[in-house]
Amino acid sequence: MHADEKFTYETWPAAPERATLEAKNKFLGFWFFLGGETVLFASLFATYLALKDKVPTAEHHLAKDLFEMPLVFLMTMLLLTSSLTSVYAMYHMKNFDFKKMQLWLGITVLLGLAFLCLEVYEFNHYVHEFHHTFTSSAFGSAFYALVGFHGGHVAFGLLWIVALMVRNSKRGLSLYNAPKFYVASLYWHFIDVVWVFIFTVVYLMGMVG
Amino acid sequence: MSTYAQKKGAGAVIWDFLTTVDHKKIAILYLIAGGFFFIVGGLEAMFIRIQLAIPDNNFVSAGVYNEILTMHGTTMIFLAAMPLVFAFMNAVMPLQIGARDVAFPFLNSLGFWLFFFGGVFLNLSWFLGGAPDAGWTSYASLSLASEGHGIDFYVLGLQISGAGTLIGGINFLVTIINMRAPGMTYMRMPLFTWSTFVVSALILFAFPPLTIGLFLMMFDRMFGANFFDHTMGGNTVIWEHFFWIFGHPEVYILILPAFGIFSEIFATFSRKRLFGYSSMVFATVLIGFLGFMVWAHHMFTTGLGPIANAIFAVATMAIAVPTGIKIFNWLFTMWGGSIKFTTPMLYAIAFIPSFVAGGVTGVMLASAAADYQYHDTYFVVAHFHYVIVGGVVFGLLAGTHFYWPKMFGTMLNEFLGKISFWLFLIGFHLTFFIQHFLGLMGMPRRIFTFLPDQGFETGNLISTIGAFFMAISVIVLLINIIMTSVKNEKVGNDPWGDGRTLEWALPSPPPFYNFKQLPLVRGLDAYWLEKMEGKKGMTPAEPLGDIHMPNNSFIPFVISLGLFIAAFGAMYRAEHSWGLPVLIAGMLVTLLSMLVRSVKDDHGYHIHKEDLIDDNDKGVKA
Amino acid sequence: MANQQPTSGNPKVDLEYRRRKNSEEMRYQVITFSLMIFLTLIAFAAVGFSDFSGWFIVPFIILLAVIQVIFQLYYFMHMSHKGHEAPQLFLYSGVLVGALTLLAFMTIVWW
Repeated sequence: MHADEKFTYETWPAAPERATLEAKNKFLGFWFFLGGETVLFASLFATYLALKDKVPTAEHHLAKDLFEMPLVFLMTMLLLTSSLTSVYAMYHMKNFDFKKMQLWLGITVLLGLAFLCLEVYEFNHYVHEFHHTFTSSAFGSAFYALVGFHGGHVAFGLLWIVALMVRNSKRGLSLYNAPKFYVASLYWHFIDVVWVFIFTVVYLMGMVG
Repeated sequence: MSTYAQKKGAGAVIWDFLTTVDHKKIAILYLIAGGFFFIVGGLEAMFIRIQLAIPDNNFVSAGVYNEILTMHGTTMIFLAAMPLVFAFMNAVMPLQIGARDVAFPFLNSLGFWLFFFGGVFLNLSWFLGGAPDAGWTSYASLSLASEGHGIDFYVLGLQISGAGTLIGGINFLVTIINMRAPGMTYMRMPLFTWSTFVVSALILFAFPPLTIGLFLMMFDRMFGANFFDHTMGGNTVIWEHFFWIFGHPEVYILILPAFGIFSEIFATFSRKRLFGYSSMVFATVLIGFLGFMVWAHHMFTTGLGPIANAIFAVATMAIAVPTGIKIFNWLFTMWGGSIKFTTPMLYAIAFIPSFVAGGVTGVMLASAAADYQYHDTYFVVAHFHYVIVGGVVFGLLAGTHFYWPKMFGTMLNEFLGKISFWLFLIGFHLTFFIQHFLGLMGMPRRIFTFLPDQGFETGNLISTIGAFFMAISVIVLLINIIMTSVKNEKVGNDPWGDGRTLEWALPSPPPFYNFKQLPLVRGLDAYWLEKMEGKKGMTPAEPLGDIHMPNNSFIPFVISLGLFIAAFGAMYRAEHSWGLPVLIAGMLVTLLSMLVRSVKDDHGYHIHKEDLIDDNDKGVKA
Repeated sequence: MANQQPTSGNPKVDLEYRRRKNSEEMRYQVITFSLMIFLTLIAFAAVGFSDFSGWFIVPFIILLAVIQVIFQLYYFMHMSHKGHEAPQLFLYSGVLVGALTLLAFMTIVWW
């Protein structure tokens, strides 16, 4: 079974993301990368928790003054839903339905983009309303480093998925690009996993005080 | 793409190495680059010892001394030991498991070029306004106060080369899990492969904390953040934690491959199978596991509190147990064996008492209460040089002699090898043994000079003389390398005569596709097994067929170059108007070349069966 | 490399089986998603509309987050499928190292 073979609905293998040796390697290597990313984000969470509400003077705003529930809730819903839509995309990939896969990936990208816009708005809001910036305090540095790192991952994931969609738009699924789509969707889910902890640890715990 | 096995000009050879994705060539690149940085770091060490040879010396100024000592440590750990370890992993591990290449040949090349550009960037600091001067640990309160761009070079250079290391680690993990030859079960893997596996896992989990630590430092120094600045609510201890959460596993990342190399050497030259193979595997995994729970023993005097200190002290002492298992297994491997005293074997035998001495002082230092006395003295310097030189460097030198024929097809001269061994052994103990006592007498580490009549003169002079012995030994090794390379007497598959593992079943150097037919592995020490049954080579596990090979690529070089350019932009952003454009341009180069890699299909090519049969007849080498 | 396809001899039967299995799985995914949304709602409600003390709310919402992430990993990222032994080992090792880091930063970074 070669990577450049042509397939039909009938001949498409059950686990196209792991059908060739290259694909198996990619699959495993990417999971290991996610293991490393776990430590990466844990380190950022640790920094945030150590520096939470650590500000030089009393004029600076603390977590409980900053965060607003409706915005965070909306962002969470957007990202969680985008996780489901990328599951749908992979479902159609396994059924060799390229069109529908592209469609669901497109929805995923739109949801991710909306999330990113809200995040930009949110940061802008903190900077202008509360003078809470990256350089204003250790709390600010830690907050923007953690949430910004996640936002950077979202942006990179969007670029990645869009690049894959555009590149393969004309030629359909093969065992060469199926693992690429699969791995990109794993990345997208991982971003969502990190967000679950961000909305819990940063925002909700911040509002609790 | 069937242009293999042709005569090439110098330009073509250079282009070949710039674009190669062959693990054996990447191993040679790592060896050359790592060897070069080893010489650089060694010169820095010599300057340190010359400065400290006599009291009140002014060979270098205090400021330059700080730069030299920082660069000595940083270069030796990140740019010499790591790549040399990677050189042997790349050269040997795929052969040992019977694979045709690593899992991600492209990423293998990318890992090398990231390391290389990171290392070059770091060392350019010497010519661009001064090297980093806050010690290789670069503690935040010191490094935030450091003027000029020295620390920026440190942060950005290590960030780039660290990314390369992480990529390499993932690559080796996947290779070992997915690409083993038929019959090569986990418990038949040679010990060097096992140590590569555990080390790669350590890299995967230890480098992200360093990455974050370096990011925070970069933000603090270059982008106005306040992670470590206590006046803004920051906390300088955060850097210390990140550095040592990375730093302690890092020393195991260095020593475990050396353990692996020694395990191969002991078994080969005792002509016995390794004693207690499964307990060796267990001990390797256990050392890797415990390596993550002990980092705070570097920070006993920071004031973590008695409970934390006690926990970390006990955990640290526990590591002596698996290490002890290993030492006894090596001794029992030699016991009753018919030992051949080759150069690698000499290094291996000398390693045992040297490393045990370092281990014993390690347990002394692990005792938190006593550590208040030893902390920041030459006792610590003596300890970590005993484990790193007596363990890692001995291992790398042994590996160089042992695997040289497999990598280059010619043997290093044994006579010169033994001379350099004895010079190195004597020099090593002369340099560092006395430093234990200097430390106990109260000589602090990282001081650029000392006063007369405080009892430090004799010890320091002896130490310096020892350093010269080691320098001469390295020169002898270089002469040896040049001499044997010029002579270039080709050797066969198994030049030591007692090879046990799969790599010795292949020609030296192996053809670029490694195995014409994947071998069938029937037990531990697969090649030895076949030899003992009177067979010449391995039994193939598959019929002769087309071999799929990856294409060469120049993209890894460009991706790394982009980050190299971007690093300059990030550093000079604040004071030059061209900084920001350069930063953006560099990142664009990197991202666009990644995009090219992503959208350009790369299916590799096939070597056809007919060509393989031809190769066989003419005996063509890769 | 040969691919291990489930072969019952009759490709049509295979196909039918796989299709059904895929859509059944998809149904589980949707259920998982609803549960995740539900857990998220509880977490937000616990913080926004209840007057329990922080000592209860914080562990509670962290527990909800952990459950939600397990759903995400095992269903959305297919970690419950066969062939995920190595990913599990390395992901959990990462979690362990990360947890140690977090523990240290919450207990012994206190100046």
